Amino acid sequence: MEILKRIAAELERGHDQQVGQMTREALAAGFAPKQVLDEGLIAGMNVVGEKFRVHEIFLPDVLLAARAMYAGMDVVKPLLLKEEVPVAGKAVIGTVQGDLHDIGKNLVGIMLKGAGFEVIDLGNDVAPERFVAAAEEHGAPVIGMSALLTTTMPVMKKVVDLLRQKGLSERVKTIVGGAPLSADFAREIGADAYGYDGVSAVDRIKALIATRGVA
Amino acid sequence: MRPLLRLLSDDLIERIVSEARDILSALGVEIHNPALLDLLAAHGANVDRATLRARLPGDLIDRALKTAPASFALYDVFGERTHDLSGDNVHFTPGSAAINVLDHESGQIRRPHTADYVRYAKLVGRLDHIAAQSTAFIPADVPEAISDSYRLFLSLLYCEKPVVTGAFTIQSFEVMRNMQVAVRGSAAALRAKPLTVFSCCPTAPLKWSDVTSQNLVDCARHGIPVEYISMPLSGFMAPVTLVGTLVQHTAETLSGVVLTQLTSPGAPALYGGSPAAFDVRYETTPMGAIETQMVDCAYSEIGKRLGLPTQAYIGLSDAKLLDAQAGLETGMGACLAALAGINSISGPGMLDFESCQSLEKLVLDNEICGMCLRLARGLEPRDDFPARPIFEELLREKHLLIADHTRRHLRAEHYFTGPVIVRANLSRWREEGASTLGERAHREVERLVAGATPSRLPEGARREIERLMAAEARRHGLADLPGREA
Repeated sequence: MEILKRIAAELERGHDQQVGQMTREALAAGFAPKQVLDEGLIAGMNVVGEKFRVHEIFLPDVLLAARAMYAGMDVVKPLLLKEEVPVAGKAVIGTVQGDLHDIGKNLVGIMLKGAGFEVIDLGNDVAPERFVAAAEEHGAPVIGMSALLTTTMPVMKKVVDLLRQKGLSERVKTIVGGAPLSADFAREIGADAYGYDGVSAVDRIKALIATRGVA
Repeated sequence: MRPLLRLLSDDLIERIVSEARDILSALGVEIHNPALLDLLAAHGANVDRATLRARLPGDLIDRALKTAPASFALYDVFGERTHDLSGDNVHFTPGSAAINVLDHESGQIRRPHTADYVRYAKLVGRLDHIAAQSTAFIPADVPEAISDSYRLFLSLLYCEKPVVTGAFTIQSFEVMRNMQVAVRGSAAALRAKPLTVFSCCPTAPLKWSDVTSQNLVDCARHGIPVEYISMPLSGFMAPVTLVGTLVQHTAETLSGVVLTQLTSPGAPALYGGSPAAFDVRYETTPMGAIETQMVDCAYSEIGKRLGLPTQAYIGLSDAKLLDAQAGLETGMGACLAALAGINSISGPGMLDFESCQSLEKLVLDNEICGMCLRLARGLEPRDDFPARPIFEELLREKHLLIADHTRRHLRAEHYFTGPVIVRANLSRWREEGASTLGERAHREVERLVAGATPSRLPEGARREIERLMAAEARRHGLADLPGREA
C-alpha cells in the first residue's frame, strides 16, 4: 500500500519520471494493475483536482501532474483488461471561420490533452464543413468552437445546423467558448454546452460524453 | 530595485528639522508631568514650572538622537522574530483602538463586544500579510477602566502575533506589562524580545498629557517599544500647509524622542504619527485624504533621516461601508506607504476616521497588503538573460505553462490574491453566484475564523494572564469577565 501512496504523492508533485519508475516497482511487487491505477494514479489526480479547485495549486501544477499520471498510465495500460482502461475520448477543436484569435482555444487544447483527451486541433479560421468532416473522420464525439469576435460568433450556429442537417446531432455534441460568449448564446444557437475557461471546457466535455453514453 | 517614493528634497528635510528644533528651543513643549520636568531641567532644559513648558536646547536633542536605536525587532508569543523594523522594511498591522465595528449581518456600525474581539484576534492570526495584531477596537461589555488591558488580554489569548497597543491610564500600564512578562517568562526576556509596541500620543500643539508622557517613561524603563503618535491637524491645530504641518510633527515627535532617551538611553521607539488634513467643510480629520497620506510619507522620510524606524496610520478609509471609497483610500494609502518604506503601517480594517473596524474589510485589506508587499519587492531580472533560450522554448512548445522557468518563478514573481478579489471571467463569476465583494469577504471571514486553531500559548502563561486580568477586573468592581466564545 505504501508504494501506491508514494505514487500518488509523486504524481501530485508532477514528478513524471518517478511516477513511471514507481509504477513499474509496484507492478513488480505484485500489485494488480487496476489497483495501481485506482489507488495510485487516479487517487493522486483526485487530490490534485481538489487542490486546484480551492486554489492551493495552479494550472501549471495540474498540467504537470497530468503529465506524471500519463507516465504511469503508459506503464499500466497494456496490462489492464479492456474494460478497465479509462478512456477520456476525442475532441475536435478550432477557432471559427473569420477569426484568428486562438489563445483561448489553445488553452482548451492544452487542458484537454492534460486530461487525457485525443485532441484534433484544426487551428483557426475553420470553416463549418471542416469541423463536421473532422468529427466524422476521427469519430470524435465532441466539437469545440472558439471565437473572440462578435462578428464570427454566427459561424458557430452554422456548425450546429450542419450537424442537425446531417443527422449527426446525437452522435456529435458541440461546446462553444470565447470572451464575448455566454451560456445564453450557446442555448440560443442550440449548442450543447458552453465553457467559460479551459477547466470548465474539460469538465463540460466530459459531461457531454458521459450523457451521450459512448466515447 | 526596491522602488522608493521621495516627497522631500534633502534641503527641505534639513530646513524642516531645523525649524522644528528652533520651535522646541524657543517655544518649548508643555509637559503635564512634574517628574519629567525635573528630569529635563536636570539635563539642561529651560523649564517654566508655572506654564509646565520645557524649552529643549539643541544639544539635548542631539544627544537623544544619538542614543535612539535605528532599528529593533518584534517577536511573537513564542519569541520567534516577526518584525525587522529597519531600513525600508514594511510590515502591516490593523488600525487600532476603534470604538465601533461594522456588523456584516445587520450592515450597521455598532459597539463591539468580547465575542467580536475574539473573532478578530482569531482572524488576524490567519492573515498572511498582516504581520502584527493591534488592539483594534475597544470591547464595550467591560468597564472603561479595564478596556485597555482587557484588549491586550484577549489578543494574547487568541492570537500569536505581536501586538500594537496602548494604555488609556497610567495605572493600566502595570498589568499590561505584567501580562507580557507572563508570556515571556521574565522581565529580562521581555526586554530582550519585545512583544508589543505602545502608542503614545502627544496633544497638538506641542503638549504631552500626564498619561501619555508617563506611559512613555514607563515603556522606556522596561524596554517596551513605543510609537510616537503626533497628530497635527492641518489648518486647525497645525499650519494649513503640508510643510508647516511637518514642522509641527517633527517638533512634537522629537520631544518624544528626548523624553524616551533621557529616561532610558537606547530605548526602542518608532518615529510614528497620525497627522491629518482638517476638512473645514465637515470639521473632520480625513485619513483617506491624499494630503494626510503625503504628510505621513514625508514625515517617514524625516524620521529615517534622523535615524529612527518609522510608523504611520495610513492605508485606512473614512467610508462608513465596505464600498468603493473604502477600497480606494485604503489601497492608495497602503501603496504609498509601502513605496515610502514605512516600517510599521497601521491601517488595515479601519473605516470612519480610525473609529470603526470591519473584519470583512480586514480580509480585503490583507489582499491589498499582499499586493503592496509585492510592489515593495520591486522588479529585477531572474533567469531572464540571455533571453533567447526561453523564447526558443516558447516557439517550440507553443506555451510556457509547464516550463521549468515558469515553475521556478511563478509564485515568487506573481502574488496571487485570495477569493475576495474577483479574477474569474464574467461567465464563471455569474455561475458561481455573482457575489458582491462584501459577500465574498464575509465568506472568507467565516472560513478563516472557523478554521482558526487555538493559540499555542503555553498553559502556564495562559493561566497567569487570566489571573492577572481577573484581579484587575475585580479591582475595578467587575466580579466576572464576559464569556469569550460566542
